[in-house]
Formats: sequence, structure tokens, C-alpha cells
Amino acid sequence: MNETDLWTVATIVAMAGVTVLTRCFFFLSSKPWTLPELARRGLDYAPIAALAAVIVPEIVMTQGHLIGTWQDARLFGTVAGVAWFVWRRGVLGTIVCGMAVYLPLHIGLGW
Amino acid sequence: MFLRAAYYRHAEFRQGARDMFSVAPGFAAWGLMTGVAMVKSGMSAIEAILMTVLVYAGSAQLAAIPLLVAGAPAWVILATAFCVNLRFVVFSAHLRDYLMHLPRWQRLLTGFLTTDLSYVLFVRRFPAPGDTPGQRLAEQAYLAGNCGLCWVNWVGSSLVGIALANFIPSAWGLGFAGILALLGISFSLVSTRLRIIAALVAGAAAVAAFALPLKLNILVAIAAAVAVCLMLESAGLRTAAQSPGAAPDNGKP
Repeated sequence: MNETDLWTVATIVAMAGVTVLTRCFFFLSSKPWTLPELARRGLDYAPIAALAAVIVPEIVMTQGHLIGTWQDARLFGTVAGVAWFVWRRGVLGTIVCGMAVYLPLHIGLGW
Repeated sequence: MFLRAAYYRHAEFRQGARDMFSVAPGFAAWGLMTGVAMVKSGMSAIEAILMTVLVYAGSAQLAAIPLLVAGAPAWVILATAFCVNLRFVVFSAHLRDYLMHLPRWQRLLTGFLTTDLSYVLFVRRFPAPGDTPGQRLAEQAYLAGNCGLCWVNWVGSSLVGIALANFIPSAWGLGFAGILALLGISFSLVSTRLRIIAALVAGAAAVAAFALPLKLNILVAIAAAVAVCLMLESAGLRTAAQSPGAAPDNGKP
């Protein structure tokens, strides 16, 4: 069993403060102000951009480099997940269908 | 409180929970692997549990774990967590109009509990902030249901990961389920052609800028996508394929 260290605990508590600070950054203060119209329009693209920025490297990169082979279980899992979404439009099905293709290739064939 | 009866009796509470439910397995897999990673890297069970409950930010946790274990100075760890969390600063600008009617401590609690996923699902459900008390109640009820289930799912799966750390090999690649969950949500966000462009630009930029430290490639990707789409918008290439909910909002506060 690993030891608990008080300094580590204090750092973890401070990290919770960082979570609050970043997630609440623009509504920490109660002072009234309005977001500029341009920023408001720009934020319409933020959700999908953030998701794509997280997803794409996780699918096409390994240890900081683009993958050079098609024998990668993630590619097939992604295709299966997208196919399900286009067909049925459900996120749960996307996960199940994608993993059903990914896991056999990844664990079975080592892709 | 977050779980007021007015919230959990509201129909939007169930809607929020339902939207989270369909992505929950993907995030449970992620929580599980984060729990495993914390214990396997040498943190004690108490530290790992505290981190799960208090920090509640998977990517910042994963970035901080090796630093914590190596005994890095606290300010380095906190600065790292801040940078990895910078995308939330962008989201908070968006959430501001939805939350400013709440007292401050409720805003802070709501903000703390609103992860990437809940933010994305929330603004998909409510493309513009409501003006009337009824609309605002619906928004808060949705957030309570969505964030509540997200918290239970994440903390529960992380605790399972902490408990079973030595029995779950990370080589199984269960974390891929989380990526598939995000993939499904991002497809459900495609309502305009410009949003497709935003996703393509962000994906390409995130790969191109991957070498940046502290996951700053994600911030670069969001900035690039927003900039490109705003330029295309003003160049008059706006297509009329907007969904009814995303119509230009007149509701300025």
C-alpha cells in the first residue's frame, strides 16, 4: 500500500481550487459586463472544436506521431462508431458498436 | 442547493440525466482508467480518492500524477493543472450568460461540476440563454440532472478503478470508449456546415500542434477553428443550414 503524504494532500486541495478557478473564470466576479458580439458568435464553434481537438489526435496519433499503418484497431473502431451514428443517431450505440470492433482487433490481434 | 426539489422534479432534470446516460459507459471507462493510473503511479488510496472527488478533472489529474509522484514543486503542479484546464476558461465565457442570475456560491458550485461534457450537452440543449424565470429553471434543472449523473458516474468508476487497480491492465485500451463517446457527441453537434469546418480545422490543428506541452494544442485548435469560422462567416459564406434552435438570439441581457 502506498503512503499518504500530507504535502500531496495539500497540493490536491489546491488543485481543486484550480478546477474552480478555470471552470468559473468568467463568472467568479458578480460585476455586470457583456460579452462582445463577436466573441458570442465565435463561441458557437467552441464545443465542436474542443471535442474534435481531443478526439482526432487520440485516433490518428501514437506517442506524438501520426500512425503510418492502417492496422490500427482505433481506425476500425472509429469507422464502426461513425457508421452506427449515421445509421441510428445514438451515442450509446456509437460506443458499443465501436468497442465491439475495437476490442477484438486490439486484444486479439494486437493492433 | 444543486439538488433542489424544484430541479429534480422538473422534466428537464430527467432530460439532462438521459443525455448523460447515453454517454456514461464511455466516461465510466475513462474514470476507471484514471483511477487505475493514480494507484499504479504510486499514489495512496486516500490521495487517489481525494483527487477524484476534489479535483474532478480527468485530464488535469493525468497531467499532475507524474509530477506529484516525482515530488515537483506545488506551483509547477498547479500551473500545469491550470494550463491543461484552460479550455474551461473559454467555456466559462459561454456559460456566463446562463449562470449570472444565480448567487455567487451557486455559480461556483455549478461551474465546478460542469465538465466539458456537461457544457457541450447543455449548450446543445439550450443554444441561447433564457430570459424568463421558467426558462432559467429549466436550464438549471437540466444541468442538475446532467452534472449529477456525470459526477456519480465519474466518481463511482474512478473508485472502482482505484480498488481494482492491480487487476485491470491498461493494455486493454478501455479508455477508447471515452473517445467514442466524444465522437458520437461531436457528430450530434453538426447542425451547420461551418461547424463541420470548425471540427476539421480543430482536428487538424490539434494534430499539427501536438508537440506543444500541457495540452495547449487543444487551446490552439479551438482558437484556430473559431478564427477560421468567424472569417468565413463575415466573408458571407454562412449557409442557411442552421437548426431552428440556433437562430440568431435577440435575448441580450
